Amino acid sequence: MEPHLQNLYEVLSKVDGYVYPNEIELNWSILIVLYPYITGLVAGAFILASLERIFKLHILKPTYGLALLTAFSFMLVATMPLISHLGKPLRAYEIMITPHSSSAMAIFGFVYLWYLMVVLLLEIWFDYRCDMIIWANETKGFKRFLYRALSLWTTDISPKAVALDNKIGYIITVIGVPSAFLLHGYVGFIFGSIKANPWWSTVLMPVIFLFSAMVSGIALVMFIYIILNKIRKISVDMACLDTIAKYLFYILIIDFTLEGLDQIHRIYEAEESFEVLHMLVFGRLFFTLFIMQGLFGTVIPLITLAILQFYKPKVQIRKIIYFIIATLILIGIFFMRWNVVIGGQLFSKSFYGYTSFKIGLIGAEGYLMAAVWIIVPFLILTFLLWLLPPWKKKEDEIQVI
Amino acid sequence: MKNNKSNLSRRDFFKNGAIIVGGIAVASAITTFDSVLFALEPPKGKGKWYGIGIDINKCIGCGKCANACKLENNVPKEPFYFRSWVEQYTIKNDGTIKVESPNGGIDGFQQSIPDEEIFKSFFVPKMCNHCAKSPCTQVCPVGATFETPEGIVLVDPNYCIGCRYCVQACPYGCRYVHPDTGTVDKCTLCIHRLKKGLQPACFEICPTEARIFGDLNDLESKINYFLKNHTCMVIKPHLNTGSKLFYNALSSEVR
Repeated sequence: MEPHLQNLYEVLSKVDGYVYPNEIELNWSILIVLYPYITGLVAGAFILASLERIFKLHILKPTYGLALLTAFSFMLVATMPLISHLGKPLRAYEIMITPHSSSAMAIFGFVYLWYLMVVLLLEIWFDYRCDMIIWANETKGFKRFLYRALSLWTTDISPKAVALDNKIGYIITVIGVPSAFLLHGYVGFIFGSIKANPWWSTVLMPVIFLFSAMVSGIALVMFIYIILNKIRKISVDMACLDTIAKYLFYILIIDFTLEGLDQIHRIYEAEESFEVLHMLVFGRLFFTLFIMQGLFGTVIPLITLAILQFYKPKVQIRKIIYFIIATLILIGIFFMRWNVVIGGQLFSKSFYGYTSFKIGLIGAEGYLMAAVWIIVPFLILTFLLWLLPPWKKKEDEIQVI
Repeated sequence: MKNNKSNLSRRDFFKNGAIIVGGIAVASAITTFDSVLFALEPPKGKGKWYGIGIDINKCIGCGKCANACKLENNVPKEPFYFRSWVEQYTIKNDGTIKVESPNGGIDGFQQSIPDEEIFKSFFVPKMCNHCAKSPCTQVCPVGATFETPEGIVLVDPNYCIGCRYCVQACPYGCRYVHPDTGTVDKCTLCIHRLKKGLQPACFEICPTEARIFGDLNDLESKINYFLKNHTCMVIKPHLNTGSKLFYNALSSEVR
């Protein structure tokens, strides 16, 4: 028997209560958990970068370039889990060529492209144009050619040109912030607009997705920044890290409040689906929701960050705490996506029962494939950091008129 | 003079350009707005407009409809893929509800609850509701699923990308992904039989005539007679899907 069918028979034996026969198979698996997760990391990292640029928080300068490159690396991969999960991946382009205007998913393709091509790519290009020209002059061989090609063979590094780069970069960031909001709000809308599913169908979904995206993106940049400095054997800029932690704390409060509001609203209204969701939350989702997302992903980081606002231990200890918190948040937000995507499919739309989720290690939708899509952005980031190291930027040395 | 002329044409170029771009932008904005208003008004066909009636009082739970559907439409035999299935509802004396559908009812039913504990029991045949404001067609990113002018919801397997968004959007669990093709499959109301003047397979085989279908636009049709003479209800009316599958004697427990 085919492994897929064998898997389904196993799930069938674990069905609790009654589910529609077509619901035994979970349609959106771990790859669709990754899709909002990765997109969220992109939006969050970009918003952190924009804090420096638009809101003139120059204390965050050490992470600006890193945040942009992180956002870009993850953005390149964001749609890959989606495409590899399709029943007909080679038809994926149809979403762009013949989009169905009433479909949230169809419009997402354009939002994604807008964000990737217009916002991220352009912002990075204008930010690095001058440096790439300088680096091209300093290097030889293929790398020199690469820099020349990437800077589109421009050569003007006069203060006037650099000032123009900065100005355009600023305008793109201004456009970029609402775009980042749109991007991730839209991902939330894809789930929140499904009226058939009471676990998803909430008007707060886009807002919750947005704030959890900001939390995860900021945590990711914090995580990478600490690791990167460890690898480069240089000390971290604690003032920068403290400021990031402060913003992380504020946004985590908003995120926690919104998610709490959503649940309280659900409990207080106690609609038709309440019973089945109540049992879901205390049954099949208990571990991932209360332990992983709630305790480790939200409560512990929240309390720790709150304490750190008043009491500041030694730099070395603080750094370790930040690293642990960033890791916990990254895991917590992953499980938040998990609870939304997988949780929303574990109960039957008949509200009479539950199905199970089972995935293997290998296969197109297995853990290994998921791991690939998490690792690839880090590899891209490593390459980008080699090619465009933010710490070697010389643009600032050119006096801007 | 020459310069002036070229200036003018440049101005014209920008003006015309702006009109074209602005026109496209406005048109796109209006279309999007239209799309948002998806379930406001049901599109109603002018010609034939099919509706389905199921009389729960007449269903004996033989499961022949589910079986006929699988045979007629090459639905995979495994118990995870159904275009049509039958559920058995048993309401116990203590008020608890038990729902079962072993293999979609194809092999018949065996009551697992002792007679003395049963308050009432009945069968509910399920199939695609062929909604007039179907949430599944609303969400399809490429428009591979659509409503025909006769009000039948279909999937074009040559166009479907297999994203499964429609499976998530269907409140009635009527869609599945065909394991062989990787595309979504669902009830077609046996449109290939309708075109030949035949009834859909599940209607044809029903021994008690619990299933009725017909043209809702024809006041003399069987379906309208059925609707007129019975107290009919759709499943999950609060979702405003414009369901065209009407049940007689539908208990509130059925979801």
